[in-house]
Amino acid sequence: MQDSSTDTAAGNTSDSGTRQYDEDRAFLNAPVDADRSAEQSIADHAVKIQTTDLNIYYGDFHAIKGINSRIRSNEITALIGPSGCGKSTYLRALNRMNDEIADTRTEGDVLLDGVDIYQPGTDLVTLRRRVGQVFQQPNPFPMSIYDNVAYGPRLQRRLSRAEADEIVERSLRGAALWDEVKDGLRKSAMDLSGGQQQRLCIARCLAVDSEVLLMDEPCSALDPTATFRIEELMIELKERMAIVIVTHNMYQASRVSDRTGFFLLGELIEFDDTPRIFEHPQDERTDAYVRGRFG
Amino acid sequence: MRRMRETFEEQIEQVQTDVTRLASIVNEMLAEAVRALVDQDEALAEKVIADDDIADELDLHIEQECMRLLALQQPMAKDLRIIGTALKVISDLERVGDYSVDIAKSAITLADEPYFKALIDIPRMAEITISMVRMSAQAFVRQDLDLVRQVIERDDEVDTIWEHLLEELVEYMRSDPDLILQATHLLLVARYLERIADHVVNVAERVSYMETGRFEDLALSHAITQEPAEEGDS
Repeated sequence: MQDSSTDTAAGNTSDSGTRQYDEDRAFLNAPVDADRSAEQSIADHAVKIQTTDLNIYYGDFHAIKGINSRIRSNEITALIGPSGCGKSTYLRALNRMNDEIADTRTEGDVLLDGVDIYQPGTDLVTLRRRVGQVFQQPNPFPMSIYDNVAYGPRLQRRLSRAEADEIVERSLRGAALWDEVKDGLRKSAMDLSGGQQQRLCIARCLAVDSEVLLMDEPCSALDPTATFRIEELMIELKERMAIVIVTHNMYQASRVSDRTGFFLLGELIEFDDTPRIFEHPQDERTDAYVRGRFG
Repeated sequence: MRRMRETFEEQIEQVQTDVTRLASIVNEMLAEAVRALVDQDEALAEKVIADDDIADELDLHIEQECMRLLALQQPMAKDLRIIGTALKVISDLERVGDYSVDIAKSAITLADEPYFKALIDIPRMAEITISMVRMSAQAFVRQDLDLVRQVIERDDEVDTIWEHLLEELVEYMRSDPDLILQATHLLLVARYLERIADHVVNVAERVSYMETGRFEDLALSHAITQEPAEEGDS
């Protein structure tokens, strides 16, 4: 950049000036190669989930095509793409929720902390405790707010009243819901607003110490204020877990996520740091999609 | 959705058209300011000063339009880079207008007495600078990196003339103090032209970012690749 703010060629020829220019140049010309920066970042953040050659079929339909990907702890990963692109199918593969769908076949590896979750003998209850999920429509159990949160921990072991109280309060605080419900913990969860119900579902995951939180369109049924609270909560929660969110709202992806994956027709077209996906994507299909020029 | 995006595309094209218009207005101001100086034409200099209001208004209008598109359309990828680039380059182009006004003011000051020497270097600098403004605007609209390179190369010619002129005018002032007023104004004009060329280089660098997504100091890279050759010559 030419110095156009001042008429003095400040330090242009001095040693310190030269050094500064060299530093600036090194900074400005730093490689932007996607793989290299991704490798560097991976060194900083532990890989929580890794998929290798992941293929998923619904009967004859090849829904997910050979996806290699890494989900890191302490980050929010957003998955974007048009309807039917496979992003929700991919998400459900991460805690084997596709097992519940008839005639589904999964090939390839999904490693959670290096261990394949599809190997025989995997305990699905433990898996889904570790990899919790929040759905598009909040799904509180038809019971009290308190029991919704205490339900999961009680399945694991017998809790004293004091222990249950402590878990419920800690989880509701963690989900930024405590102040709103602390005076009515015995009220039915079904009477909460949509945004509150969604935060209650997040509190349930916190109560069982989920390590990964999968969120499938968690805000699509919420108004902007409730959406904003969930987004704020996600940013707080990534300090303690990995979060993967499927969203149709690109602005939500760009606001909250650290990494973004773009899916199209079952393929992961581009997976990179979020600012790069939205400022200068490498693939023209990604460019067209994030610019709203698709189809 | 599709229709909305089509309208958005038209709005982005309009921003690009407006930026070109701003470049064309300030380039004409620059050409007229230098002609007013050479021809000692006070009326033309006054026109340049008046035209600055038009440039300022257009600059403000483009900025408002870009802010509106950012707020309402939340542009991404290439669209975002075009709007971000427009926001940056209009400031540089607006400064070209301001420097043209400064040249026009010097023209008015110098209008009443004959020049002690024929003006050769200043019109030459102006000619190069004017072509740089035109090329940078074309680069922005055509998204042409080749034009970007040409702008950066031509800046070297402007710098060379400026350095030569500086020495020459200082020498005149030393030899004859009566020339100081006129020589100082000519020196200022040359300096304004040199600054204008630097602003145009900024525009070219932003166009390069718009195309590549990389923030690069092209002028510096260019200077560094030139240096070894110069050392080899000496």
